Amino acid sequence: MTADLDASTLRIYWLLLAVPLVLLAVFYLYPLSRVLWLSVTVPTPGFENFEKLYSSAAIQRIIWTTVRICVLTTMIALLLGYVVAYAAVHVRSLHGEMMLFLVLLSFWLSVLIRAFAWLTLLQRNGLINDWLMSWGLIDSPLTLVRNEFGVALGMVHYMVPYAALPIYANLKGIDPRLVPAARGLGATALQAFVKVYLPMSLPGLISASVLTFIFSLGFYITPALLGGGKTVMIAEYIAVQINETLNWGVATMLATTLLLAIFAILAAMSFFVDLRKMFGVK
Amino acid sequence: MPVSLRLEAVSKRYSDQLAVDDVSLEIGAGRFVTLLGPSGSGKTTILMVIAGFARPTSGRIFAGSQDITDHPPERREFGMVFQGYALFPNMTVAENLAFPLKLRKMPRATIEREVERMLDTVRLVGLAQRYPRELSGGQQQRVALARALIFNPQVLLLDESLSALDKKLRAGLQEELRDLHTRLGTTFVFVTHDQDEALSMSDEVVIVNHGRIIQRGAPKALYDRPQSHFVADFLGRANFFDAVVAAASARELTYRIAGCAFRHALHAGDAAAPAGEPILIGLRPEKIALTRQEPAEGTNKLAAEITSVTYEGPNQHIRVTTPIGAMQVVAASSQLEIEAARGARAWLSWRPDASVVLHDDR
Repeated sequence: MTADLDASTLRIYWLLLAVPLVLLAVFYLYPLSRVLWLSVTVPTPGFENFEKLYSSAAIQRIIWTTVRICVLTTMIALLLGYVVAYAAVHVRSLHGEMMLFLVLLSFWLSVLIRAFAWLTLLQRNGLINDWLMSWGLIDSPLTLVRNEFGVALGMVHYMVPYAALPIYANLKGIDPRLVPAARGLGATALQAFVKVYLPMSLPGLISASVLTFIFSLGFYITPALLGGGKTVMIAEYIAVQINETLNWGVATMLATTLLLAIFAILAAMSFFVDLRKMFGVK
Repeated sequence: MPVSLRLEAVSKRYSDQLAVDDVSLEIGAGRFVTLLGPSGSGKTTILMVIAGFARPTSGRIFAGSQDITDHPPERREFGMVFQGYALFPNMTVAENLAFPLKLRKMPRATIEREVERMLDTVRLVGLAQRYPRELSGGQQQRVALARALIFNPQVLLLDESLSALDKKLRAGLQEELRDLHTRLGTTFVFVTHDQDEALSMSDEVVIVNHGRIIQRGAPKALYDRPQSHFVADFLGRANFFDAVVAAASARELTYRIAGCAFRHALHAGDAAAPAGEPILIGLRPEKIALTRQEPAEGTNKLAAEITSVTYEGPNQHIRVTTPIGAMQVVAASSQLEIEAARGARAWLSWRPDASVVLHDDR
């Protein structure tokens, strides 16, 4: 590709590229490196902050809660995303496109609006409890929010499109004759799905799970509002350390840990899937 | 054991379109039957109904004496080779072949032995550990065939199975398929839009169009005695004449085209048309002789001028103008007594039994 371009054209390309690169460097990479730097310098130089990963029960609890909610969210979003993607691939093409449009439509809703909408639905005197009580199904309101259930629900709602789209792209590429072929060879509908279709959709499932899990790790507003301070995930905890307790050393240490964990996950996953394909570079 | 198939008044309607329209068909056990028709004719839908992938809107399907209309595909025990092969891309050749046997819970040793045997049958020994994408089109075709045959199905269904291959390879596989059919004795139902393929491979050809069976018969009978314009036109090349019956006897009729009279020997089963009735005559171009000298009496003859010559290897395809209109002639290059060239004059002649009277379904 570059061989076809003469030197002056190439210079123009670099110039155009330089603008976003400089912006990124000044407003993203520099602050980020400062954060990373703070984690090993504040309050005193050294790995003192990182030792808290082992010593502090509070931090361990936060990390454990975060991982648990993210795994749960990922699994449920994956299941729902698979169902949506499967349906979109297998209904008539016009219907499929409409379904995808509806999935994409939810991207237009801000996280804040969604979280408040869930609150109205789920809180003690919210719509759902009102209905259930007026139908006589329950006597006292259920605790649907300010706990892990509420957080996971809000996060799943946000993550389903992120799970559905990579799975959709994958399912779309599966030869629709494979399942009939398997059935013709003696497989029941279930066997054909489990032995042929599901293995073929594994790359999409892996991509979707990585994407969903990594996204979930950094959730801030949804857990903050739906967790109501009781169920605290790592991003909210970091925010509290920075804004309220001014414990910047611990905050930046956790941010660094989160970043490294994400890199580690991506590195591990790169053995199974082509990351460049996953993020749409290829 | 090969089994016979019987379709009784089968129709298949897709929302606004009748894909199969009241088709009744019997396919004898161990026969090689080809469903031939243009694309969109409904031939593939008929196959899908037989395979169980499409449920007939009405009508019944029998395998032997058993009604299988309500059986799902996996209960029918029919092997199927799909268009594009539909090999499992995440499995090796051996795993693809083992798939139907594993479903039948055969012991591992048996599976290995059967896979080995089948690879040998379709001449793929040594490719067992390859993945489908690492195989050529012809090899993939053989894997698909082997996978469909490995569980000894009662019937083998083939959907446009050779269409994606190049001509030379296709000819080879046609022969292999014929050979396989002779050796296994399984009932083969083959779907294609390729006339040559249908004629060269099958015991019997069923011509399908607009979801209906137009005509069926042995390849030679179909080619020599088409009953309608559609069949004559679809199978090979033909000259068509709109003629009027001038005189008719029990064995022969005389017809006129643009003032010229010709004779047609009636075949068994031909309906005798009374004088004055318009009829459609079909005449295969290779049944016309092209000569320099005027032929003797007792045969149909016409003076002609050559307008174009297309060299086709063993044959030459010659277009001529005659007093009754443009015609085409196919002559074996080695037998042609005149130098076929544009503008040359020649005589056309054909025997009274060379022509056919066709049902006009244009």
